Amino acid sequence: MSKPTAKSKSKTPPKSAAVPAPSDPTAAGAAAYADAQGEMIQLIAPDGTVTQPERLPDVSIRLRLYHLMRRARHFDERAWVLYRTGRMGVFPPYGGMEASQVGTAAALTPDDWLFPTYRDTGAALTYGLPLAQTIAYWRTSPHGWAMPENLKVLPFYIPIATQYPHAVGAALAERRRGTRNVAMAYIGDGGSSEGDFHEALNFAGALNAPCVFILQNNGWAISVPTRSQTRATNLSRRAEGYGIPGVRVDGNDVLATYRVTAEAVQRARDGEGPTLIETVTYRVKPHTVADDPSRYRTAEDTAGWDARDPVLRLRAHLLAEGHLTEEADAEITREIEAEFEEALRVADAYPEPTPAEILDHVFAEPTPQLVRQRAQILAEEGA
Amino acid sequence: MTATPSPTQTKTLTTKTMTMVAAINDALALALERDPAVHIFGEDVGVMGGVFRATDGLQARFGAERVFDTPLAEAGIVGMGIGMGLAGLKPVAEIQFAGFLYPALDQVLSHLGRYRHRTRSRYHLPMVVRAPYGGGVHTPEQHADSPEAILAHTPGVKVVIPSTPADAKGLLLAAIEDPDPVFFFEAIKLYRSLKEEVPEGHYTIPLGKARVVTAGDDVTVITYGGMVEVAQKAADAARAHGIGVEVIDLRTLVPLDTETILASVQKTGRVVIVTEAPRTNGFHSEISATIAEEAIEYLRSPIVRVTGFDAPYPPFTSIEDVYRPNPVRVAKAIRQVMAY
Repeated sequence: MSKPTAKSKSKTPPKSAAVPAPSDPTAAGAAAYADAQGEMIQLIAPDGTVTQPERLPDVSIRLRLYHLMRRARHFDERAWVLYRTGRMGVFPPYGGMEASQVGTAAALTPDDWLFPTYRDTGAALTYGLPLAQTIAYWRTSPHGWAMPENLKVLPFYIPIATQYPHAVGAALAERRRGTRNVAMAYIGDGGSSEGDFHEALNFAGALNAPCVFILQNNGWAISVPTRSQTRATNLSRRAEGYGIPGVRVDGNDVLATYRVTAEAVQRARDGEGPTLIETVTYRVKPHTVADDPSRYRTAEDTAGWDARDPVLRLRAHLLAEGHLTEEADAEITREIEAEFEEALRVADAYPEPTPAEILDHVFAEPTPQLVRQRAQILAEEGA
Repeated sequence: MTATPSPTQTKTLTTKTMTMVAAINDALALALERDPAVHIFGEDVGVMGGVFRATDGLQARFGAERVFDTPLAEAGIVGMGIGMGLAGLKPVAEIQFAGFLYPALDQVLSHLGRYRHRTRSRYHLPMVVRAPYGGGVHTPEQHADSPEAILAHTPGVKVVIPSTPADAKGLLLAAIEDPDPVFFFEAIKLYRSLKEEVPEGHYTIPLGKARVVTAGDDVTVITYGGMVEVAQKAADAARAHGIGVEVIDLRTLVPLDTETILASVQKTGRVVIVTEAPRTNGFHSEISATIAEEAIEYLRSPIVRVTGFDAPYPPFTSIEDVYRPNPVRVAKAIRQVMAY
């Protein structure tokens, strides 16, 4: 999105909730799911109207979040274009989920840990992962794998939920070392079916680990809707089973996601333990750039969510309150476009890996077996 | 069995008679004492000191932050340990039995061995996972498994299996000090059944160096862990009949000391490999294939593997010994390679 324009001002409920999926366990389940959409923290309505003025973050933070969301969206859009021209690998888009990712990751400092899933490029960029390196990662270049020394972000996790216990361990280690740093880990509604999700929440509670668990409920686990994934209609309530706080927030309201995450981060820093935050959002885009969602959902399923677009929502709010002008918005566009193109030039200049590099970094000291295998590759493929 | 302690850095240490479990406890205490980053955790390792008492007294001595009980969930234990390792601690996890490791295999296969590789060494995991393994003491179902081949097949993790108290101590200290993930399997049968003089104080035995238990010119018997004493008994019997048996204790499967294996095979030309793991795709098969590739011209007889069978380990006390290799089966294999 280079020129966002406010379109609809209606509060159209998600139509997806009204369309039973073929594997829908019960019609009652779908109805309950639709009902549950309402029970969540929201600071600004989809049309930008403020609903909880007393909880709004400072204007400087609102403007920062807007810039970060625009930047995240620009990456998502450019990734698509680059993929189609063979300059990007298979990419999982997150367009439409920027509030869920940016608002949460913006509550961290570089001393905190970030464990992102493959869907969370927007969160990683917000946390501080450099653009060029992020491009390199999604190009499957090893240059994208060596995370910066000054950050505590791990490469995007492809297995589902297995990084959750890692976040608990990193958080616990920070506590053992006497810091106030926290660990944040992302997961989706589908991922919350995995055992590691549940074990991690239980461990974090039992050991009082300073974790913030972000459960992005985007309605879909590839082709399986949330209501087929689980009979639970409010995933934040899963926290109750582990004796930790669970919060449900409008995942397309970046001011709400930022506010509740900042509060959870503060609790963790203060030694009050972990929090589960469910951000209710929607995967407007396909699972990956190689996915065809028409096989499992209709255009009407997603149509209601365009009106809930998180970037347009904050933009409408900032314009209405006089914190943003069309001119300033255009300047942001120019800035993020220039920043991305410069990063692309940097990423383009990364050298291709050499064949023997596939055997590097297995152990600190390669085993005799690896030494021989490396010699074999060098003999067969050259340096 | 009269194993000779052979730590490489013994200096002028005094010794003390110890069982293997006491030597492991000693190593863990030394590790906790020497490095504040070392943390020990698992099921029942804290107040109780572990089901085999390997961590006995450690929580009382080092506190409940350094030595602590976790919820009963193996994937959580290994997964949390990974996170602790990422953040600069040296996690030493105990899995109560190797056969209980399976819920954590996702963490092992998907993550433990990959972090250094997938971050180009920005992160590495100096983690140790200890687990009792193997049979011979009539345990219930699931308690006698030998899943080391699964781990040795996983890139990025080391696998250490000691066979004597002195080795257990030196290898465990080396494993804890190693910058990469190490599985440390402890033969349940050996925990208390044999005692030997163990050097006091700190020493390490390098990972990747096999031990020639007894030298011999006629047959090479390659084994590790709980099978070393079994092989040794068969070797002693063969020696009484004039057959010189060289018993090699691998000590570590990863890294594998092929140098020591091949040197022995080149000398004897006859090979018996002994493990108590299931037959198909066991680590014995990897050793056999390595010898076939590297030293087939030296062989005077086909390689013989003495192993468990392709059935779950039987918890049937009266006939367990049929499954788990015993000295008679190993002796028969020695006769077989001699008679070829």
